[in-house]
Amino acid sequence: MPELRLRINGEDHKADVAPQVSLLDVLREHLWLTGTKKGCDQGACGACTVLVDGRRIVSCLALAVQYEGREITTIEGVDHPLQEAFVRHDGLQCGYCTPGQICSAIGMLSEHAAGAPSAATEALAPEALTPAEIRERMSGNICRCGAYNGIAEAIQEVAS
Amino acid sequence: MKTFNYLRATDVDVALQRIAVEPGARFLGGGTNLVDLMREGIEAPETLIDITRLPLDGIEELPDGGLRIGALVRNSDLAAHPVVRGRYPFLSQAILLGATGQIRNMATVGGNLLQRTRCLYFYDEASACNKREPGAGCAAREGFNRGNAVLGTSDACVATHPSDMAVALAAIDAVVEVRSSRGTRHIPLTEFHLLPGTTPHLESQLESDELITAVELPPLPVAAHSYYRKVRDRASYAFALVSVAAALDFGADGRIADVRLALGGVATKPWRARTAEQLLLGAAASEDSFATAAAAELAAAVPLPGNAFKIDLACRTVVAVLRRLTTERSGS
Repeated sequence: MPELRLRINGEDHKADVAPQVSLLDVLREHLWLTGTKKGCDQGACGACTVLVDGRRIVSCLALAVQYEGREITTIEGVDHPLQEAFVRHDGLQCGYCTPGQICSAIGMLSEHAAGAPSAATEALAPEALTPAEIRERMSGNICRCGAYNGIAEAIQEVAS
Repeated sequence: MKTFNYLRATDVDVALQRIAVEPGARFLGGGTNLVDLMREGIEAPETLIDITRLPLDGIEELPDGGLRIGALVRNSDLAAHPVVRGRYPFLSQAILLGATGQIRNMATVGGNLLQRTRCLYFYDEASACNKREPGAGCAAREGFNRGNAVLGTSDACVATHPSDMAVALAAIDAVVEVRSSRGTRHIPLTEFHLLPGTTPHLESQLESDELITAVELPPLPVAAHSYYRKVRDRASYAFALVSVAAALDFGADGRIADVRLALGGVATKPWRARTAEQLLLGAAASEDSFATAAAAELAAAVPLPGNAFKIDLACRTVVAVLRRLTTERSGS
């Protein structure tokens, strides 16, 4: 198995892993970037969300080999106003889903800025990021503590 | 997960030659369904040929007014495309009502068509499933079958096809382009998926050496007046109990001049509702004609104890969507 080369948070990393290993497991178990969390490991909870070339994906369903050469951003590489806003608005309790929520929200804000619609968008392209838009667009991230109101408020504050 | 060989394809022809000589190989797109199935042990390919770097990710307007969608276009990019939003709005809506933002960024158009059922018993290796293991039986019949199909079922299988996108594509009369080292063929979307019959493990016309390369949409003026409604147990991120893709247009006499109707969540494949369409064409737009057409389509339904409610729910959803489209047209 040739060595896998991944570019993460602006740095080159090497990992000697079999092709069935997920990007999530490479991050956590091989590179010790444990900020990215494993929740369901089947794409349902969003805790493992990272950015690839600026787009949010779930790293648990991503085979690491597929992402060689891509620009991967994990929570360790994030410095964004959303982080302070989550703290200010109590957008967390246990904090386990927070790295995924933050990465997902960053990706979501870029999608909205680029004019991508959501299921809550009635017009051809989205206008303001309403609370309904935020909730629909963030529905891939589950918070078992139920800090959703704070999460939505934090994102709303940063969006406006 | 069982290990496998990984190959990264950079050329379509090379990928096709490779899979032709390696029957245990599978193409890997976004991986959102296949990786999960491999982790569960339901799929165990010997080789994965990663096709995500092949140049099949473009969306191109055709001279006739149609649209050619590369098989590797990500679901989110297709849903956001201005031509799709404007000319085929129900296709964009259907995609955006499926999965999550993260998964739509990964999942490809070709992979969406080939995703496998989420029937609980297909996923549970301890249960009998004819789709997973031909001849094993079907635990869904006697089990928790709230999510299962009422149309197109057989004694062997009652699993639904889970895609929302494919329901809108069925209504549009989309055509699937597939290639192999033997050549190229074009398969109407409505014929692409197979009814389960006695062979529920065979799910589409795609041969093991074939690759979906594109999906083509014909020009379809009626699709500009279309809507997709999905009824489900949660407001977001759940598979459909019932979904309806509909497009409707009227003649100068106020009667229905063109109509497209397809159903999801109730059938073993994306279900084009041709019986209802025939009854609606030329009819007056009224609650009665909508209800009669919906009932005629669902007349063939075979309910199970847990999913009989879907018949009435499907009829009411069809009526509601057609009513909405009628109101929109008379208001514009």
